[in-house]
Amino acid sequence: MHDISLDVMPGEKILIVGPSGSGKSTLGHCLNGLIPFSYKGEHTGSLRIAGLEASEQDVFTLSRHVGTVLQDSDGQFVGLTVGEDIAFALENDCMDLPQMHARVRQAAGLVDMEPLLTSSPYELSGGQKQRTALAGVMINDVDILLFDEPLANLDPATGKTAIEIIDDIHKDTGKTILIIEHRLEDVLHRPVDRVIVMQEGRIVADLPPDVLLCGDTLQKSGIREPLYITALKYAGVKMAPILRPGGIDTIDLSAAKGALAAWMHTAERAAPPELRPPILELRDICFAYEPGGKAVLNHVSFTIRQGEMAAIVGRNGAGKSTLTKLLCGFEKPVQGSIRYRGEDIAGHTIRERAEYIGLVMQNPNQMISEAMLAEEVGLGLKLRGVPEAEREARVKQALAICGLLPFRRWPISALSFGQKKRVTVASMLALNPDILILDEPTAGQDFKHYTEIMRFLCELNAKGITVLLITHDMHLMLEYTPRAIVLSEGELVCDAPASEVLTESGVIERANLRETSLYTLAQRTGLQDAAGFVQCFIDHERWMRQQ
Amino acid sequence: MKIKVFSYNTLDTPIHHMSGLSKFICFLLLTFTVMFSYDIRVILCMLVFSLWVLRLSQIRFSQIRLMVIYVAVFLLTNFVISYLFAPEQGPEIYGAKHIITVLWGRYTITWEQLLYQGTKTMKYASVVPLGIIFMLTTNPSEFAAALAGVGLSYKVAYAVALTLRYFPDVQRDYNDISMAQQARGLDMSKKASLGSRFKNALLIIIPLIFSTLDRVESISNAMDLRGWGKNKKRTWYARRRFSRQDVAGIVISVLFFAAGILVSVFINHSRFFNPFQ
Repeated sequence: MHDISLDVMPGEKILIVGPSGSGKSTLGHCLNGLIPFSYKGEHTGSLRIAGLEASEQDVFTLSRHVGTVLQDSDGQFVGLTVGEDIAFALENDCMDLPQMHARVRQAAGLVDMEPLLTSSPYELSGGQKQRTALAGVMINDVDILLFDEPLANLDPATGKTAIEIIDDIHKDTGKTILIIEHRLEDVLHRPVDRVIVMQEGRIVADLPPDVLLCGDTLQKSGIREPLYITALKYAGVKMAPILRPGGIDTIDLSAAKGALAAWMHTAERAAPPELRPPILELRDICFAYEPGGKAVLNHVSFTIRQGEMAAIVGRNGAGKSTLTKLLCGFEKPVQGSIRYRGEDIAGHTIRERAEYIGLVMQNPNQMISEAMLAEEVGLGLKLRGVPEAEREARVKQALAICGLLPFRRWPISALSFGQKKRVTVASMLALNPDILILDEPTAGQDFKHYTEIMRFLCELNAKGITVLLITHDMHLMLEYTPRAIVLSEGELVCDAPASEVLTESGVIERANLRETSLYTLAQRTGLQDAAGFVQCFIDHERWMRQQ
Repeated sequence: MKIKVFSYNTLDTPIHHMSGLSKFICFLLLTFTVMFSYDIRVILCMLVFSLWVLRLSQIRFSQIRLMVIYVAVFLLTNFVISYLFAPEQGPEIYGAKHIITVLWGRYTITWEQLLYQGTKTMKYASVVPLGIIFMLTTNPSEFAAALAGVGLSYKVAYAVALTLRYFPDVQRDYNDISMAQQARGLDMSKKASLGSRFKNALLIIIPLIFSTLDRVESISNAMDLRGWGKNKKRTWYARRRFSRQDVAGIVISVLFFAAGILVSVFINHSRFFNPFQ
């Protein structure tokens, strides 16, 4: 970080945005004392928190003023039950038991977790874990609440609720709130006082959202602006702070109505992809982990065509990962059939299926087991006893497709997260699959890396590889996958273009999604065909990418 | 489903109401009694008692089926191997030899050997339910609290609770990684040779270590930020007061312990019960 000068007034609510590596997490670590307590380094200048010079305080003193809710809601849950986890800070303060129990109940009440005090983390959803973490820092009665990427591990609907809870706490308690996040639009669901944009270790903007959204700072620093703003810009609507563009609910759209309707007719659009023969056909799939037990999948049928790119969406426990297990052969369906190019694959082993279905997991660290890149990518072939000459040729080819050829003699530890992701894709491609299944390929990625990964997947897709994405990232669905298959409690509730899925309130609710701001924009401007408008936006963005 | 192996249930039984520490004391007393005595009468009493406690704590058989199978296999192997290596152990101990039948060479079946090996097997069989009860009815953090209460460093005590907290997470990671590697062609089935299975296991363990290290960083940050290690002492949310059940449990265990010792001292005049002299 360089030249950071920043004043935060008591009771302010501030959003800090910036791409990965911009220094926004470092700033957070300075505030809560993890720098220099856990991460050493050099510093000049002065940081005062509640009048105290931060570098002279230890992490414990600072934690009385700054309460931090970390990104990893699972990792920061240290107790075996909700109650214990909330009490953690009080335990370390040696508080008496009766007083502690009373305080824990009170803090749990603030975030509606009181009925779940004895639940273990395995019984909780991501949102509930985050509420627990919030209660765990509020219990110290801190003045400043710092949220480090609070939306990273939450589905859209839960993320929306999280932003609402933060806002309610801000209103009720008047605490100072700092939110570090790169998903600007999702945070702006509720108003903030200021947005601080960081880039390459510097503050490049410190503005109220209404002003920030009128300029071009966001595009320059690799942050995605809210979709409704993008749509309005496409339609040629001029932005001005006086129109209050900071929120989809506050923006004055009186001038936009005609422009949007006109744009819908004139926008350049990409042609819809042609229909190809089926590559995967699922017919009436039923599955339960225990015989006679609860059905995890219930009569699910759909067809994936060659060269398609589709998203499989649904809340946790909807059956998405079970579906993957069935496709890859880790589990066998109780009923129904899976066909690959017209052939029933019930008799195929996990290993055989891996030659046509490649599975790429969310966290590349969970897949990489070799130290050197070429070995890692060739591992699957080596395990299959493919001769060395052929192996080398195929590894080279896979690395070339993934743009990793220059690194092939590199140790994997020297690669970035995005590059590691490519390595895991390359190790699958070495087996020549026709279908790639990716679990949350963009989770935790900022806009730049996200775009990089998705462009890469689109290139693979253009080469004829069928791509299935398991995701709850709505932007990903909107921008990249023409089709979304929505699961809810083991049933297929919708199989339609993303534009329809994200404008259909019943489906949105069942899949824990939220409606896109484009839909709200269409409704507020009185456009008749809201889904058509969203589709127009998607097609236009695809057209722009093709240019 | 494997996750259930390490989880305790919260039920409304006298055993669940006992504090972890007193359960641990009872466990030690009763285990010592069983281990000390070679009197089949004492041991059968203990077996009946521990099965009764198992019933009292409402542990369902389905919860412990796997463990029971492992123990049964272990006991059977132990029984056979003890006999193969020392078929004369019983006669030696009891100073008598009542032969039932001769199998082959020095391998005879004697009443003495049967009693000795039967006693030994029953000893194991009566300790196992006690261990199961302790594991399945004790809240790990409450136990950690109790351990810290009797002078163990709270950092060590908390490490126990933390291990139990994150064990299922690591287990889930392991399953995920193993799936991904199998899809690449890793053979973990019995078809592969032992050597290659070992090598293949490494291919799962390396990514497991790296993803676990990622987790460690975020856990330790979360703990630091909430004042972990600030003071020399800490209090425990899960701490329990000594209740009537605790007193009753310890008194009963002490009685068993004393009875076991007294039988050895005054009736058998040895750790062994010898009906052959």
